[in-house]
Amino acid sequence: MSSQGSSLKLVPPLQSARSEHPVSAFFSHYMLDSAYDEMFDAEWRARPHYRALIEELLVTSPEVLRQRQLEADRAFITQGITFTVYGDDQGTERIFPFDLLPRILTGREWDTLERGLAQRLTAVNLFLKDIYHEGRILSEGVVPPDLVYSCRHYRREMRGVRVHKDIYVSIAGTDLIRLEDGQFVVLEDNLRVPSGVSYMLANREVTKRVFPGLFTRYNVKPIAHYGQSLLATLRTLTPANRAEPTIVVLTPGVGNSAYFEHAFLAREMGVPLVEGRDLLVYDNVVYMRTTSGLRRVDVIYRRVDDDFLDPLAFRADSYLGVAGLLNAYRAGQVSLANAIGTGVADDKAVYAYLPAIIKFYLSEEPILSNVQTYLLDNPSDRSYVLDHLDSLVVKAVGESGGYGMLIGPHSTRQQREEFRAQILASPRNYIAQPTLAFSRAACFMETGIEPRHIDLRPYVLFGDRVTTVPGGLTRVALRKGSLVVNSSQGGGSKDTWVLAD
Amino acid sequence: MLLSRVADSLYWISRYLERAEHSARLVAVAVDQGLGRAPFAGSAVERLYQSIGLESGSQDLSALAGGALFDLTNRNSVVSGVTAARENARQVREEISTPMWEQLNALFLRTKQMREEGSWGARIHHVSRTIIDGVRLFKGITNGTMSHGEGWQYLQVGHYLERSSATASLLTLFVPEGTGSMNMPEPRDQVEWVTLLESCSALEAYCRYYTADVRAGRVTEFLLLNPEFPRSVRFSAVQLEGALRQLARYSTRTGGRAERLAGRLRASLEYAQVDEILNDDPQAYLTNISRQCSQIHSAVHQSYVSYSIESALPA
Repeated sequence: MSSQGSSLKLVPPLQSARSEHPVSAFFSHYMLDSAYDEMFDAEWRARPHYRALIEELLVTSPEVLRQRQLEADRAFITQGITFTVYGDDQGTERIFPFDLLPRILTGREWDTLERGLAQRLTAVNLFLKDIYHEGRILSEGVVPPDLVYSCRHYRREMRGVRVHKDIYVSIAGTDLIRLEDGQFVVLEDNLRVPSGVSYMLANREVTKRVFPGLFTRYNVKPIAHYGQSLLATLRTLTPANRAEPTIVVLTPGVGNSAYFEHAFLAREMGVPLVEGRDLLVYDNVVYMRTTSGLRRVDVIYRRVDDDFLDPLAFRADSYLGVAGLLNAYRAGQVSLANAIGTGVADDKAVYAYLPAIIKFYLSEEPILSNVQTYLLDNPSDRSYVLDHLDSLVVKAVGESGGYGMLIGPHSTRQQREEFRAQILASPRNYIAQPTLAFSRAACFMETGIEPRHIDLRPYVLFGDRVTTVPGGLTRVALRKGSLVVNSSQGGGSKDTWVLAD
Repeated sequence: MLLSRVADSLYWISRYLERAEHSARLVAVAVDQGLGRAPFAGSAVERLYQSIGLESGSQDLSALAGGALFDLTNRNSVVSGVTAARENARQVREEISTPMWEQLNALFLRTKQMREEGSWGARIHHVSRTIIDGVRLFKGITNGTMSHGEGWQYLQVGHYLERSSATASLLTLFVPEGTGSMNMPEPRDQVEWVTLLESCSALEAYCRYYTADVRAGRVTEFLLLNPEFPRSVRFSAVQLEGALRQLARYSTRTGGRAERLAGRLRASLEYAQVDEILNDDPQAYLTNISRQCSQIHSAVHQSYVSYSIESALPA
């Protein structure tokens, strides 16, 4: 089934080229199984929106592609789009591996995603306002109160705090995967400080350089206006009576692995990139220290976690934050994007209630489904999960980055026993989901073109209106068979095209 | 309006790069002198290394060049300068242009690569040339792609302050201690003064000005007081004062002290006469210039970067 003949035979425009063209060997390692393949259907027919890409590949020699891969990697290195490997005192900087071949979505597929994401984020903002004020959804028993109050990211300090325009989450990065039938489902909501948008933009720039010809054959929707959209979204948070707001990006500093992105976004928006030590609070007003003295700050796009934001309110050992920031925020003198305490809504156990949350506030059916999720503090779910650890994925609710995760089918007996003990010790801290076959996209590997599992993280902006820049970060599990797309665990990324149909 | 931290980093980017370029050139000149086996060249070479904090002692030339180029523990080495400049640039990535960043990053990667290859011993000239060209390219890109606004002026301040003090401290090692006439150099001296000129990229410019007749007094005059040569202390002081005056225009804070100190330095050089300096105590004169440079540095820092919050709070 995976022989080169069958892989190309059913790609109509290529039929004749197959036998005499040596590059068709390119696809000799391609294989299909039950997972949804973005490029071919189950009968090895190329999906229509991938045909032009395949044709381009068949007239390009592997050497040329390899050359382009080198050029792309070099472009990332000279631009300094790198992350520092923690715990390496040589200061080694690595690039986030980049796959040459774009992932292509049709306009129709995108429309559904866009509507579904807007619906989801609207409900999330209503939910956050509710739980930090009257708590209607809790008293009506739709979401169990102890689930919310036991969440590590719930912030008592936010009780009754009036958040400007009730926008808690201005910037979200929602992780979606595609199931075997091609349907997109939400795997995870990232509602605190989602990262990766700079890679989305950088990937596009690099792809333009290495495949200039392809862009003339496809009508790809542009994404370059993300910076302007982000700025417009942050402007909507301007506190009342501040006409010309000063907006800043707050970074933990160069030591942070996402520092490149923080600087990148500040540049794109044309606003200062500040660190905690540049800011101070006096009389509940936030100032930054400039060459012209102190200057008032109105909106902070903070890329610092809640815990480190204000040593007086949260972790006292934090050097990354600003003493007194929480009070200034509560006094309404400064806006934060995202608000403090939004992590409740992306807790992996609260996630299971998102469809109910959408119905509760919007009286609508969710456009995007969730992945089936077992809550381990529920006794019947728990006993089912403990009996099926070898086939399920278990995740710690407060973790991200692919850490704290057990992938049943790939686990050892010892790992399963460790998770069993941890689940029994603190069931609230774990959830379980079926092991899903994420969709696969064609990637340019050592041996030729091969499919690898991918996900999709679009970036949603919530201001006076909801904006989702058409595209997102497609992350790739570059290790064969791997389902983990995180950069810390052998993941890479590729450009994501949304076509204007 | 600039963040104080950003202003500080911009200032240090150009200081560090100027220092790296200076050290790279000294190494090239020192190696040339060693290779040419000019008589009595040893002591001039020794002084060049001394000026960047390396004591020659019993080390061979190649080890010294290695220290000046690639020793990360030597703050004046090329690799330290380039690394520190790039680290500062990384912290103000949003203030400098993308081409500037890409050039500085490329220079950093190239320097690091040459250091790791380790086989530079046989081609020190090539290494030093690569670095000097890299820094010059960065300056050209800076002038062509960054708005000549407040941030750019901080780059100028760092640049010319480093240059004034580097030229002054190099001269300090060549002029005699105490008083005395230097008008008639011995042949051995002549080689040294040529070396000094070369290490400031000044030999050609000097010859066009005074002919190839190299004399101690003229060299001192050229490197210290020439109004047109871009590495003379006077030229640098004029530029420095100009940049500080521009900076004061951007800020509502008073930068008066830095501007006044720079103006005094510039004026004292403009009205100085080389005979007077040489007949008096040239070493003391140059040491005094270095001291004034560090006073200006502190004044800039206090006015714009590390001012007390109380002095800046709204009334």
